[in-house]
Amino acid sequence: MKALAGLLRKELYHILRDRRTLIVITLIPVVQVIIFGYAIRTDVDRVRLAIVDPVPDIVTLELRSRFAATNTFQIASILTSLTSPTGPGDVDRLFRQGLAQGAVIFEPGMADNFGRGIPANILIVTDATEPNTGSVVQAYALQVIQAYEREHGAAPGMVRITTSVRMRFNPTRESSNLFVPGLMAFVLTIISSLMTAITLTREKESGTMETLLVSPLRPWQIIVGKVAPYLAIGFVSVLGVIAEARLVFNVPLRGSLLLLLGEGLLFILVSLSLGILISARTASQRVAMMGAMVGTMLPTMLLSGFIFPIESMPWPLRALSNIVPARWFVVVARAIMLKGTGLDYLWRETLVLLLMAAVLLTLSTRSFHERLE
Amino acid sequence: MRRILFLARAEVLHIVRDRATLAQVLVLPILQLFVLSNAATFEIRDTPTYIVDSDVTSTSRGLIERFGGSGHFRIVGQSASLDAANEELLRGNVTLVLTIPQDFESSIVRNRRGDVQLSVNAEKGSAAGIVQSYASQIVNAYAVELGARFHPGPATVRAHEADPAPLRGVPRIEVQVRHRYNETLNYKHYMVPGLLVALVTMIGTLLSAQNIAREKELGTLEQLNVTPLTRGQFIAAKLLPLWVLGLLDLVIGLVLAKTVFGVPIRGSLLLLFGTAGVYLVVALSIGLWISTLVETQQQAMFVSFFIMNIYLLMSGLFTPIDSMAEWVQYVSMLNPVRHFVTIARALLVRGASLADIRMPLSILTVYAFAILALAIRQYSKRTA
Repeated sequence: MKALAGLLRKELYHILRDRRTLIVITLIPVVQVIIFGYAIRTDVDRVRLAIVDPVPDIVTLELRSRFAATNTFQIASILTSLTSPTGPGDVDRLFRQGLAQGAVIFEPGMADNFGRGIPANILIVTDATEPNTGSVVQAYALQVIQAYEREHGAAPGMVRITTSVRMRFNPTRESSNLFVPGLMAFVLTIISSLMTAITLTREKESGTMETLLVSPLRPWQIIVGKVAPYLAIGFVSVLGVIAEARLVFNVPLRGSLLLLLGEGLLFILVSLSLGILISARTASQRVAMMGAMVGTMLPTMLLSGFIFPIESMPWPLRALSNIVPARWFVVVARAIMLKGTGLDYLWRETLVLLLMAAVLLTLSTRSFHERLE
Repeated sequence: MRRILFLARAEVLHIVRDRATLAQVLVLPILQLFVLSNAATFEIRDTPTYIVDSDVTSTSRGLIERFGGSGHFRIVGQSASLDAANEELLRGNVTLVLTIPQDFESSIVRNRRGDVQLSVNAEKGSAAGIVQSYASQIVNAYAVELGARFHPGPATVRAHEADPAPLRGVPRIEVQVRHRYNETLNYKHYMVPGLLVALVTMIGTLLSAQNIAREKELGTLEQLNVTPLTRGQFIAAKLLPLWVLGLLDLVIGLVLAKTVFGVPIRGSLLLLFGTAGVYLVVALSIGLWISTLVETQQQAMFVSFFIMNIYLLMSGLFTPIDSMAEWVQYVSMLNPVRHFVTIARALLVRGASLADIRMPLSILTVYAFAILALAIRQYSKRTA
């Protein structure tokens, strides 16, 4: 036990002496959350809408002002004709230059037809290059038009089914509520696995590994000695990113803070263990870093459900996502922060993370044995 | 010129002899394209749905059938208990709960009015809005259907796919929707052109960042410095083979995009490759610049991965630029990846012309000159 304490002290000195690295590794997650928190969003609002209104009348003017009044749309340009001197491709030109994302095209004589009960035609064209925006524009434009129709086209005897909608857990559908908890997982994994990935290889490269091996330290003690100090640093980062999520992005924290901190610590432990395993298995710092980067960054970015929903992926990727630790933490972080759920719902995810930590730590201790022989 | 070619030849041999690099150049892009294009999707299908039917009549069953048959929703559970539904929402097993109250049918028969409630798990942000609108469209279409059945007269709300036959003489608006450039809303057509850019960027920047750092580590940089090569020639010879490789990767990527993913190529290929040529100078120069700043290959990797991380996430590749906070949108103007992603999508999917992309293209051109000059200057300091 005394030997372990000695190793811990040595590691602590290593970390504390290198002030610059210490500051960098505690600050990077905090800075990344700020930058990406503002950048990674999928809100569709202030969609640039082009209106084609050949013969403005009472119906089209009313609809136009309704479109302008929503937060979803802003009217970017109003054309009088599809075949004006500027050419029939006008809407297309706006799309190609990115000046419009959708167009509402009225036929001439809207008010006349509407009044006489002849179908008045509207064509909605969306720039579906980005399919998500395409469907959102369609959905919201339909809502505006149907609301107008309901108010002005009342007739006796029709059936009306009212839908009341509740947006659970995130009523304003704020993007930051969705992405910031995931972002926490992303930045924490990368920095933690990088930190430990180079610790053992550094000893190997500088030749001090032999000294460690001939010391009375057991392999598991070396692993613990290497992981524990970084767990403390990682915990500071966890506190930092949670504070940011609350204060900068106003993400609610509906569940227990204590549970979130605990799960955060557990997740850090898994990432650190992953790093130490990479470190134990590789010979040089360069390879270790490459492994940590490739092994954590891309999978975490794409397969954790942090940006892209896992349900939308084909089954081989869905299956693969199960071995990405961040995938489980993203679920946990979102559930605690947005839904306020407790351990009674999250025990499965927690168990998976615990299991991962155990397996990774055992494997690293094992790889160590092999090197002793 | 001959000197450039000699050094360039040495570089080519380096790349070809090193199996790992060769694999990195040829296999990685293909793998990435397949994994990324499948992983990076916001497509919404088979939304897991829970039904709370307290009415249990033919009318409520009809509505449930419409949901099940729409293709957007997959009914995973049904009961009369709101608590059970809530439980499933909390567990994250379902995204939508449709609640049909007890007097649904009788109210429709008597008053022509009905109520249903939709609870959407809005944890998923913008997807929730689309889920809701799909659901509302189904409900509205069903109302029209019921109107036609109960009463030969008109019904109120029609989605565009509803049958307007029984409606005559009622003020109404027919809406048609056309999704330009991507009729089927195929997400891959959107992602793959962007991923091609990511691919070219990764190869270009990573390889060139390692390049000079490796010469430094091996000590061969000194040897090159005492040759009569000027720094311009040196940089040119270093970049040329990588530049060709980058374009080759783009060719491979494009062929896959067209044949496997069916991505349309509506614009001019010449323009695309021209832009790629300019862009590669930017990507390679950034790598080279990193390479001159650092001492070891490891540092080079670390810095370039970190930069690329920021570049890719802020380029509009995964999440649209229009959704970003306003100040981030301005900052992202500095990001060369953003401009090439914009151009690639505009050219391939929208069939843009030179005039449409002149803005991002000129920004890229300015970058190419500026960063190349910067890299050359940085390098000269070390030779001095």
